[in-house]
Amino acid sequence: MTQSYRNIMMFAGMAVLLAFVGFGQGWDISLLLLNMCIISAIMALGVNIQWGYAGLFSIGSMGFAALGGLAGVIVSAKPVSGAWQAGGLGVLGGLLATILTAALGVFVWRRLANQGRRQYLLTGIVVLIGFLVSRGLMGPAIAAIEEVDPAAAGYLGGMGLPIILSWAVGGLLAAGAAWVVGKVSLGLRSDYLAIATLGISEIIIFVLKFEDWLTRGVKNVTGLPRPVPYEVDLIASSAFQDWATSIGSNATAAASIVVKLCYAGLFSAVLLLVLYLSEIALRSPWGRMMRAIRDNETAAEAMGKNVKARHLQVFVLGSAVIGIAGAMLTTLDGQFTPTSYQPLRFTFLIWVMVIIGGSGNNWGAVLGGFVVWFFWIEAEPMGLWAINLITSGMSEDSALRLHLLDSAAYMRLLTMGLVLLLVLRFAPRGLIPEVKR
Amino acid sequence: MADILNALVIIANFIIVPGLAYGSQLALGALGVTLVFGVLRFSNIAHGETMAAGAMFTMLVTWWLQSMEMGFGPLPTALLALPFGTAAAMALCLATDKAVYGYYRRVKASPAIYIIVSVGVMFVYNGLIRFVVGPQDRVITDGQRFIMKARAFKKATGLNEGLAIKTSQAVSVGCAVLAVASLFWFLNRTRTGKSMRAYSDNEDLALLSGINPERVVLITWLITAALATLAGTLYGLDKSFRPFVYMQLLLPIFAAAIVGGFGSPLGAIAGGFVIAFSELTITFAYKRVLTYLLPDSMAPTTLVQLLSTDYKIAVSFAILVIVLLIKPTGMFGQRSS
Amino acid sequence: MSFLIGENITCGYGGADILHGCTVGVDPGEIAVVVGPNGAGKSTAMKAMFGMLDLREGRVMLDDTDISTLAPQERVIHGMGFVPQNNNVFTSMTVEENLEMGAFIRRDNIADTMAQVFELFPVLRDKRSQPAGELSGGQRQQVAVGRALMTQPKILMLDEPTAGVSPIVMDELFDRIIEVARTGIAILMVEQNAKQALNIADKGFVLVQGRNAYTDTGAALLANAEVRRAFLGG
Repeated sequence: MTQSYRNIMMFAGMAVLLAFVGFGQGWDISLLLLNMCIISAIMALGVNIQWGYAGLFSIGSMGFAALGGLAGVIVSAKPVSGAWQAGGLGVLGGLLATILTAALGVFVWRRLANQGRRQYLLTGIVVLIGFLVSRGLMGPAIAAIEEVDPAAAGYLGGMGLPIILSWAVGGLLAAGAAWVVGKVSLGLRSDYLAIATLGISEIIIFVLKFEDWLTRGVKNVTGLPRPVPYEVDLIASSAFQDWATSIGSNATAAASIVVKLCYAGLFSAVLLLVLYLSEIALRSPWGRMMRAIRDNETAAEAMGKNVKARHLQVFVLGSAVIGIAGAMLTTLDGQFTPTSYQPLRFTFLIWVMVIIGGSGNNWGAVLGGFVVWFFWIEAEPMGLWAINLITSGMSEDSALRLHLLDSAAYMRLLTMGLVLLLVLRFAPRGLIPEVKR
Repeated sequence: MADILNALVIIANFIIVPGLAYGSQLALGALGVTLVFGVLRFSNIAHGETMAAGAMFTMLVTWWLQSMEMGFGPLPTALLALPFGTAAAMALCLATDKAVYGYYRRVKASPAIYIIVSVGVMFVYNGLIRFVVGPQDRVITDGQRFIMKARAFKKATGLNEGLAIKTSQAVSVGCAVLAVASLFWFLNRTRTGKSMRAYSDNEDLALLSGINPERVVLITWLITAALATLAGTLYGLDKSFRPFVYMQLLLPIFAAAIVGGFGSPLGAIAGGFVIAFSELTITFAYKRVLTYLLPDSMAPTTLVQLLSTDYKIAVSFAILVIVLLIKPTGMFGQRSS
Repeated sequence: MSFLIGENITCGYGGADILHGCTVGVDPGEIAVVVGPNGAGKSTAMKAMFGMLDLREGRVMLDDTDISTLAPQERVIHGMGFVPQNNNVFTSMTVEENLEMGAFIRRDNIADTMAQVFELFPVLRDKRSQPAGELSGGQRQQVAVGRALMTQPKILMLDEPTAGVSPIVMDELFDRIIEVARTGIAILMVEQNAKQALNIADKGFVLVQGRNAYTDTGAALLANAEVRRAFLGG
């Protein structure tokens, strides 16, 4: 069986699995799964661009996904009247001061290079003073902003633009952040880079969680607008009701499914576009150069390739893709929940997708996204079904049975870990291995 | 005079005592991470979960002891259970090495692969722990809760501010001191310990000298498991046992190890306290302290807090990132490649 | 037959062979030096004798025993000592600890041997508690040699011991090597500084492109006009 035939069979297999869920658990669930699979596939694509193209080991995708979600808020949330007047200037001033402090700090640091204690001392003083100035500017401004209608708002709000624009903005925001992060940290060795990106992404989440004036913090930003129709609107429309009955269903059920199908269509379009662009890039001279650098960095450098710049390019591009996916996720949720960004789900799980799917291969990353997300969600019902089967002989309230049923939810952690270890050991090239050109 | 003493007591109560306890716990965790990095040459992302596993084993034995009405007097019963918990954690680590890491040592995999593998191990440990004890909060402390109560202190000294010292805090510091002293004695005064340092320093030369690598690996895992169990149990005694908390501790522990110099045991200890005290001092509200120290006219009206307490753990992340970017070798590290 | 001899060795690093039917040997108390231009296979010959490379042809004999299939650690137990060219000390450990590690395979009391090493290299006694990484290049070489001597080997093999050290230090190092040989240990040395090395050599092997070009006593080779012209700069 040739590899491409196998690939098609595997994707077809995914479709069958999703159909299976549709019949077994309901099409609503199946379509929700599909949408999340597509988003996961795009995130995996982003990580694969960094790892597969350039061998960059970054475990910071959580931060860039969150920044994408933030774009959703900034672009499409309703503007809060009075908030900007109350503290907008102060916040802007404070942000400007922070950026200036950072720039000044870097400048002082570089100018005093190799002067030991003086370097640390002076840079420290500059940073401290800058920090205090920013706080002085921002503190009262933040307090004022958060006082504007705290129950419903208490933050700066957004621009009230269509949320679909946030997908692009999310990509740009993530790209910008990635540029800064990459500039300072890409020189690190692989495991140090991994830890640094993990730390940086945690810091980003922290800021998003606690800077209420920007994101409402743990109160979340809900009710973000949609790019697709609302179910209630569909159900209310008589044309839709007629159509629903004509296909043998009712308006409520049909509305839910139609909305999800609309999302699926939009998301698939983005996935296919990103995939297409990635594949073109991979086969282009640029892509060949990237892989040459990945496979033998010293040789590439000796040939005059600017390795640092290339790495930065790839890092930014991959993060942008992750940001787009993050914005799409916030769109699907209709809300921005900073506390939902956990490293397990947004960083490590994506890595599992890339590894299992086939690192270095875009189609592999996509397949990995589908497969891993599917089993991540389905592991609980499947586990419950399996445990029910195994314990069907036991009495209804045996302690063991109850305990097992309770723990079914954690089976997915175990299984995901075991699958990752098994794949790494026995099938390290993944489901769709990289094609050596 | 009383004002200065009061200010000192506040600092002792809210910064020094908790800092020493938390620093001890971080130091023990960082020691485990730094040992694995120094000898086995990879960053073990699963170390937080190893601590959780060790704490879980200890907790299970503690419950068993408590159910048999066995206690340890004023000290927590968990201390009695520690040896058993440690043994179980050692078995877990050795089994994992045999099943997982050993293969990658044989094929000389790259550091990135090791990290991804340890992520897989982290998933498995995480799932196993929740499977066995569930995700909820458990209190495992018993025995006398306080060595010194705030009220008693105030009565004895007549000061306004009280100093409370929990048993678990004193136990943390005491155990850490014992553990560190034993570890250093082992590394510097025994033949096996020196062979581990040699292997960590120069692997080829160590092999040439006839040092058995498998033995070094075995002992490293035994020590790491012991340190992880101790750190996890002490932290669980001090706060409470919640499985997911240990994943959050992973970054502060790595921060401590890296700040001190990845691969240097002395660095891990220093780093643990640097991180702990940084977290506390940077997020502390100095209002009351300043009120005592400054004349009334200059008493502060705001909290005088550099960063809000929410950001406590973010401080360690920030220190980690800054150290990695500025001086990745940390305070005591030498290895640069 | 020499005490240690590598006979007709043909081997390489996987692809092409580097050595072709090369023979190198040394007797107890002798100093044997292997010299030759770059790429001649000097270090390869050393590594082959020590067991760090597989032989395609030929064998290595120690005291009439065939040790061709033994691993390096086992050859150490049989009485061979090896001083690598680079990374030959534990930089984070003290001089004394380095010597202790050198004697790792021994379970008996090593105090006497350590005293002998300190006799041979007095500067090490002064710096016994200093980390080896803090010592100068020449002193580090002395630690490396001392480390190898701790197993009381019958043969000491050195890979370019004077690489990167100043001429004065080189002379001192060579003096020490002569003293070690005087205690009855066989010395096999690979050297770039051919002239100075042949000066102290009892036996010299000139390798060219993996083959023996000239084999004679050190003095004879130094006097040989062809050798002088080709390798010793006249």
